[in-house]
Amino acid sequence: MLKFILKRISVVIPTFIGVTLLTFALIRLIPGDPVELMAGERGIDPIRHAQLLHQMGLDQPILVQYWDYLVGIFHADLGTSVVTRAPVIKEFFTLFPATLELSICAMIIAVVVGLPAGIIAAVRRGKFTDYSVMGLSLTGYSMPIFWWGLLLILLFSVSLGWTPVSGRISATYWVDEVTGFMLIDSLLSNEAGAFLSAVQHLILPSIVLATIPLAVIARMTRSAMLEVLREDYVQVARAKGLAMPLVVCVHALRNALIPVITVIGLQVGVLMAGAILTETIFSWPGIGKWLLDSIYRRDYPAVQGGILLVSCIVILVNLTVDIFYGVVNPRIRHNR
Amino acid sequence: MSEPIQATAAIEEIAPPGPWREFWSYFSENRGALIGFGFIVLVLLAALFAPLLTPHSPFEQYRDYILTPPAWQDGGLWRFPLGTDEVGRDILTRLIYGGRLSLFMGMIVVSMSLVLGTLIGLMAGYARGVTDTLVMRAMDIIMALPSLLLALAIVTILGPGLINAAIAIAITYLPHYVRITRASVMAESSKDYVIASQVSGAGVMRLVFITILPNCMAPLIVQASLGFSNAILDAAALGFIGLGAQPPSPEWGAMLSGALEFIQRAWWVVTFPGLMILMTVLAFNLMGDGLRDALDPKMKR
Repeated sequence: MLKFILKRISVVIPTFIGVTLLTFALIRLIPGDPVELMAGERGIDPIRHAQLLHQMGLDQPILVQYWDYLVGIFHADLGTSVVTRAPVIKEFFTLFPATLELSICAMIIAVVVGLPAGIIAAVRRGKFTDYSVMGLSLTGYSMPIFWWGLLLILLFSVSLGWTPVSGRISATYWVDEVTGFMLIDSLLSNEAGAFLSAVQHLILPSIVLATIPLAVIARMTRSAMLEVLREDYVQVARAKGLAMPLVVCVHALRNALIPVITVIGLQVGVLMAGAILTETIFSWPGIGKWLLDSIYRRDYPAVQGGILLVSCIVILVNLTVDIFYGVVNPRIRHNR
Repeated sequence: MSEPIQATAAIEEIAPPGPWREFWSYFSENRGALIGFGFIVLVLLAALFAPLLTPHSPFEQYRDYILTPPAWQDGGLWRFPLGTDEVGRDILTRLIYGGRLSLFMGMIVVSMSLVLGTLIGLMAGYARGVTDTLVMRAMDIIMALPSLLLALAIVTILGPGLINAAIAIAITYLPHYVRITRASVMAESSKDYVIASQVSGAGVMRLVFITILPNCMAPLIVQASLGFSNAILDAAALGFIGLGAQPPSPEWGAMLSGALEFIQRAWWVVTFPGLMILMTVLAFNLMGDGLRDALDPKMKR
């Protein structure tokens, strides 16, 4: 078991190094003078330029620079934002809970709706239900989510007036930040209506962000379920007279879940990419919007740090899923 | 050298005629794939003959007709069937011309990542060893990053624009083609016909490109078709956030980038460009599924 885990981790290390190489190269590949890019100033006078060059270590050989960059990463130093002058890592983790809350809610929606939809489609294979579920999920999979967000705003916010258009909570509530999760903080704040307001703000962005993972999960669940339903042990269970719902939910689902869990893990990358678009539409103050704003503001240290951190999160989650997969399924563990 | 060439030619003659007909009979069984294919042909024709289909230019601003609703609504004009946008440009015209950009984008991205990915995959799969390991590690890095995030990073380096967005998207989808090609090359190169060709003196180039490659094409074609939908979707997303096609251009994503402002007054500005993206992407996905069913030998009875 330990050998398996160590092996999975050793595979991830080159990927991590590659990502640091990419973000390291990012600043140096952008056209323009790296000193001015990192300092966020134009037309720096030569004396200060030389000072900054030395201060940033940009006068060192490239390998030394890379080494310093790596050492910095391990000391949680990702540079300072050009715009706010705050450490990039601090900015990132201030905004990260908002994205995490949104992603978790989206994932819950995707699983809670996608899983049963896939199961029902598999059980009613070739029937109308199956076709509608599969048609809808292919549509969801093809959805430009930024437009989907606009449509939902058009319907629920503009026409019906049910939900607010942007932000995490109505400005009339003052909620102390305890956990960074608005749903929990608003409950703790003891302000009447704050929780409801937080839910109203969260619901549309979550649905938008959930769309693609939901479609993928439904499709995957259906095909995994169909495969398992063909197995002998399922036939035996049915032949013994067990009711179909019992066979599906108890006997078949456990094995069908294995590939589905992997797919759920892989959706984290999709969520992070989706968060950039979703947060932009709904002015959700998370890292996706922050990253995009940093690009607009030419805040390159923030862009560099943000891309590195998001990639690391995706890599770590995928590693966790991989290991979990090995724990659940001994065949995987011993094959590799 | 001349003998093996004749031998392969002879085999081709003996082969049962009409692989196309066989393919078509499988493909046309799938109604969704046919609908998708039909829609793509429609968009393609509209894009090709755009100037004949519409009297307007996609850039012409009818300042007297700003935000005219679609023709069937009160205040709509049949001159502008789907209405006009915030500076009075005809939306239908822009959608038709936008098809050119989206299909062009798909074509560029798919051909770049297909050609490059196939070459790298052939190299890795045939050479194996260190080359293979290095290539696959590099692909793992690209795969580890969410595609839009990597595209953002690349566009940050290259600067915004249609072509740069295409390059960025092509790079993000490279690993798919590399992996598919590599896997099929590895599967094929141990088969008898490849060894036979090798024994009869075929050089590396001939072996890789003429003997092995044609037998790896099926999964690549399927991936290319699905790649079209990804490319169009990502290009629209980049256009929407202002890092792809730039504003005056009638790219579908870019058309939506300012639309949030008009959401209360003009639903048609928001609705139609996105609908075109959705339907086109859906069409390519439907066709890709159909192609997979028709080309995948495992699915054939």
